[in-house]
Amino acid sequence: MYNFPFPVPADCFLAAELSGQRIGATLMHFSLRNLLSLLLAALALLALSAHAQLSIEITGAGANRIPTAIVDFQGEGLLPQGVANVVRADLERSGLFKMVENGGKALPESAQPAFSDWKNRGADALVVGSVLAAADGRYEVRFRLYDVQKQAQLTGFTYLIGAGQYRATAHRISDVIYEKLMGEPGIFSTRIAYVMKSGKRYELQIADADGGNPQTALASHEPIMSPVWSPDGTRLAYVSFEAKKPVVYVHSLTTGQRHVVANFKGSNSAPAWSPDGTKLAVVLTKDGGSQMFAVNADGSGVRRLSSSSGIDTEPRYAPDGQTLYFTSDRGGSPQIYRLPAVGGDAQRITFEGNYNVTPRPSPDGKTLAFISRNSGRFQLAVLDLASRQVQILTDSAKDESPSFAPNGRMILYASEVGGRGVLAAVSLDGRVKQKLSIHAADVREPTWSPFQK
Amino acid sequence: MNAPYRHMPVRTLVGMLTVAAMVAGCATANSPEQTPANVVDRSPGTVVSPPAIAPITTEGMNGKVLAILTDPKSALSKRSVYFDYDQYVIKDEFKPLVDAHAKFLASQPNYRMLIQGNADERGSREYNLALGQKRADTLRQALKLLGVREAQLESVSLGKEKPKNEGHDEAAWAENRRDDMLYRDSTKPAGEF
Repeated sequence: MYNFPFPVPADCFLAAELSGQRIGATLMHFSLRNLLSLLLAALALLALSAHAQLSIEITGAGANRIPTAIVDFQGEGLLPQGVANVVRADLERSGLFKMVENGGKALPESAQPAFSDWKNRGADALVVGSVLAAADGRYEVRFRLYDVQKQAQLTGFTYLIGAGQYRATAHRISDVIYEKLMGEPGIFSTRIAYVMKSGKRYELQIADADGGNPQTALASHEPIMSPVWSPDGTRLAYVSFEAKKPVVYVHSLTTGQRHVVANFKGSNSAPAWSPDGTKLAVVLTKDGGSQMFAVNADGSGVRRLSSSSGIDTEPRYAPDGQTLYFTSDRGGSPQIYRLPAVGGDAQRITFEGNYNVTPRPSPDGKTLAFISRNSGRFQLAVLDLASRQVQILTDSAKDESPSFAPNGRMILYASEVGGRGVLAAVSLDGRVKQKLSIHAADVREPTWSPFQK
Repeated sequence: MNAPYRHMPVRTLVGMLTVAAMVAGCATANSPEQTPANVVDRSPGTVVSPPAIAPITTEGMNGKVLAILTDPKSALSKRSVYFDYDQYVIKDEFKPLVDAHAKFLASQPNYRMLIQGNADERGSREYNLALGQKRADTLRQALKLLGVREAQLESVSLGKEKPKNEGHDEAAWAENRRDDMLYRDSTKPAGEF
């Protein structure tokens, strides 16, 4: 039994103990047959979702990880799945936290922890929480984050949720913990979009940042590429080939409504949102060559942005909306350039090597992620725009389509392992590494959502 | 300590909720020295679950074209032009084929051709889309020079998105550096595109 360092009212303590026994008693009212069929149904669901869900493997971690204990939330058995496990997985995946032995037993969230015990276990941070059934059928989820060294509570929150929101709640708790300890916003409540190809079927999918809860936004027998989130996170622009040619669409995720943004004669590709969400840069061939245009988000008001005799493509607005980065072969080989977003003279950005493509400015505008070919290998690289220093972040050979996390800490990109398309993520310093794959399917074209508003 | 409660005949969900409510009640009722500072900073917080996604499924589009375009004995059933690595010019071996298709289009003003350019898998998807476009544009120019009206032609690119050969070697790449010609009778609702 847990030892409290201060007096606890006996009735409270016993009531907390009792709630665990009540769950057992309630379950006894289920017949064994009911329980079995429930279990079988749950297993079948698990098997189905495991098939199409991204599984994440952590392949590298940060140098100084914060040792953290996340104690099982008291009463979390009331929810479809535990909250503490999701929080642990979130923090662990960031590569910045090391989970320490949590005792394997829930603790009363309202009681003062025995800090010396947690210190002995090596924890610098401690999280305790509880789940209580509220009278209206919802659940009250509470948690507290403690600084073990200072023996002080750093923060604590209560959430009133429906049972189906346990994952979203866990991600929100992870965000609070991350922000408190790292001093920057967490990305656990964000989402990712990607294209899954299995057989001849293409699906544009949206999942939580941990790969959970995957949902299909678009299913097609023709390719889908270049998905990109609107700045408000409610829409995706993408290129679909369902008309046997590339056409740019904007798709509202909650309504399932979409409209054509660019379907001119020739190819329509490479959409990029302006930071204010009012317009997109696209690449059109209607006037000859592959050239960049701006178009309003409703498809109106198309106007040309660049003018070269070669290929101009892969536009991306800088976060301030003033500059457009893009790839061009105007100098003989594909290199990265930038020009004023209203149009004007282009300035070359990359000089090393003869294949530098897919520029993606970081959320703070200070770094450019891109793909660089080195001895026939296509690798993810970052360019510090102030110092002009280039750093290659991976040792793979077929990297594509980098996308920054909205806090700028990680870059998600597509790669290939064993002839199969996988997603991977790497921290800006190259230390934290993850691999995200789906069994028996190719995954590609990842794009990380903005922060949830 | 638990002994008195073992005798409590509370066995229902309602009972469980009551107990839970007791816990909630006592947590807020604790006097300051018995609870850690700042019970809960803000409450109750709200959690917004990501909204459910409403999916769209696309439909295929296929219709018949003249038999002469699909009959294996007809020269016009050959619909592909292949390119060398990093090259965008039509090789001599494909000139008779381009010529035959130009003659067909000139004789069938209702027919439209969609030229789909393709690239091999190496490198960026969007840049490869532009490379495939260069190949499609080359064929469109060649057909125009042979007398086909501009309005009958559209050149587009599939980039590296639809490889004919899914392999990862030079033989596969050579098969994927290619233009395909698709036909449609503009007076009919559907064709090959």
